[in-house]
Amino acid sequence: MAAQIRVLRRRIRSTQSIKKITRAMELIATSRIAKARARVQQSRPYAELMTSVLSELASNAALDHPLLVERPEAKRAAILVVTSDRGQCGGYNANVLKEAEQLRSLLREQGKEPVLYVIGRKGVSYFRFRKQAVQESWTGFSEQPEYVHAAEVARTLVEAFMVGSDGRTGGDGEDGVQGVDELHLVYTQFRNMVSQTPQARRMAPMEVEYVGSESALDADSETTTGGASGVTAAEVREQSSGPKALYEFEPDADALFDALIPKYVGARLFAALLDSAASESANRQRAMKAATDNANELIRTLTLEANQARQAQITQEISEIVGGADALVTAGSES
Amino acid sequence: MAEMTVDLVSVERKIWTGSSTFVLARTTVGEIGVLPGHEPTLAQLEEAGVVRIDAADGTSTTVAVHGGFLSVTPDHVSILAEFAELSEEIDVDRARSALDRADASEDSGAAARARAEARLRAAGAQ
Repeated sequence: MAAQIRVLRRRIRSTQSIKKITRAMELIATSRIAKARARVQQSRPYAELMTSVLSELASNAALDHPLLVERPEAKRAAILVVTSDRGQCGGYNANVLKEAEQLRSLLREQGKEPVLYVIGRKGVSYFRFRKQAVQESWTGFSEQPEYVHAAEVARTLVEAFMVGSDGRTGGDGEDGVQGVDELHLVYTQFRNMVSQTPQARRMAPMEVEYVGSESALDADSETTTGGASGVTAAEVREQSSGPKALYEFEPDADALFDALIPKYVGARLFAALLDSAASESANRQRAMKAATDNANELIRTLTLEANQARQAQITQEISEIVGGADALVTAGSES
Repeated sequence: MAEMTVDLVSVERKIWTGSSTFVLARTTVGEIGVLPGHEPTLAQLEEAGVVRIDAADGTSTTVAVHGGFLSVTPDHVSILAEFAELSEEIDVDRARSALDRADASEDSGAAARARAEARLRAAGAQ
């Protein structure tokens, strides 16, 4: 009996210390979500400016940069999978890896050979356990990515992409790796605090979004619907957007475009890393909240059980004493 | 005096924004000074360079800019940078040691050296 109480008390104590850990992790994750989202906000001005500069350039440069042109016979496709470095984040890694596996089989069906690039320790060990070759991996920054990391990854991928599946990076030397024809990205999109979805995107060849064409479309629709007055409105708009065509380029537009596109890939990748970091923290916060709740529940039932055992022990001791006293009384009256 | 709005943004955050009377930068082609009413220009900045922004209130800000682009319209200047540091944020000692390291290493020293030099120049230590 006494042994049972001791075991129960030990379990209560260990559950309490586990609860402290999960609670702390929950709080850390909560603050990290806010931080990651703030950083997404801070990186937005750059992305917006980048898009406007690119659309400005796109109308002036020949759109024949390798990163924009579809390759007719794509043989190898790179998949960059963004996972976390640590566990304790619910289904976060499982979901991303499932999405990545789906993309892999899709690419195989299309006759392309998927090549894996992995960010995050969990992804690395997942593929190592299944004995699947990983071309390159980066770890150690999944929770707080810096732009340096994104730039480093983007540089490697763009280099592999530029040489194509027929070439090798780093010249034709032995240490180079075979290039790829497509770049895909699998990451987790942060929709809101309760919903994060794994996403597969193609990074290259990329489709350029035209911001300028939208306003042109607006002007067109006004001309058709508004009649004579609509025409003048469209003309005014055209005049106000007139300076667009008069941009001066230093160096020429094509060279600028070529320099800008790889940076655009880096910026997009950085945004994806931030999104993934926010999602990871949100998942971890949820998982740790559930763990803390479970610990509370467990402590409650164990305490109840321990108290019952204690009471049963006391009751037994009383009945033993009473029984003993009774026995003495009967023994005394007999003599 | 005429003024223009200037936005200096790096990938990670907005570094500087406000109204300004003059911006000095160095592109891959040569130095460029931008006054309000400048003709629309898009330019690639030096891989590692220094940008000076004279604010409308008379103060002057110097920034080390790495991998930057410059977009100019008559009343607006935007500078896009991969990395950017305000002169007062630059750790001069670290930049110096980075410069020494770059000098010591033979390969890949040039880019690192240019970066460290740009930071020192922006900080006004060289």
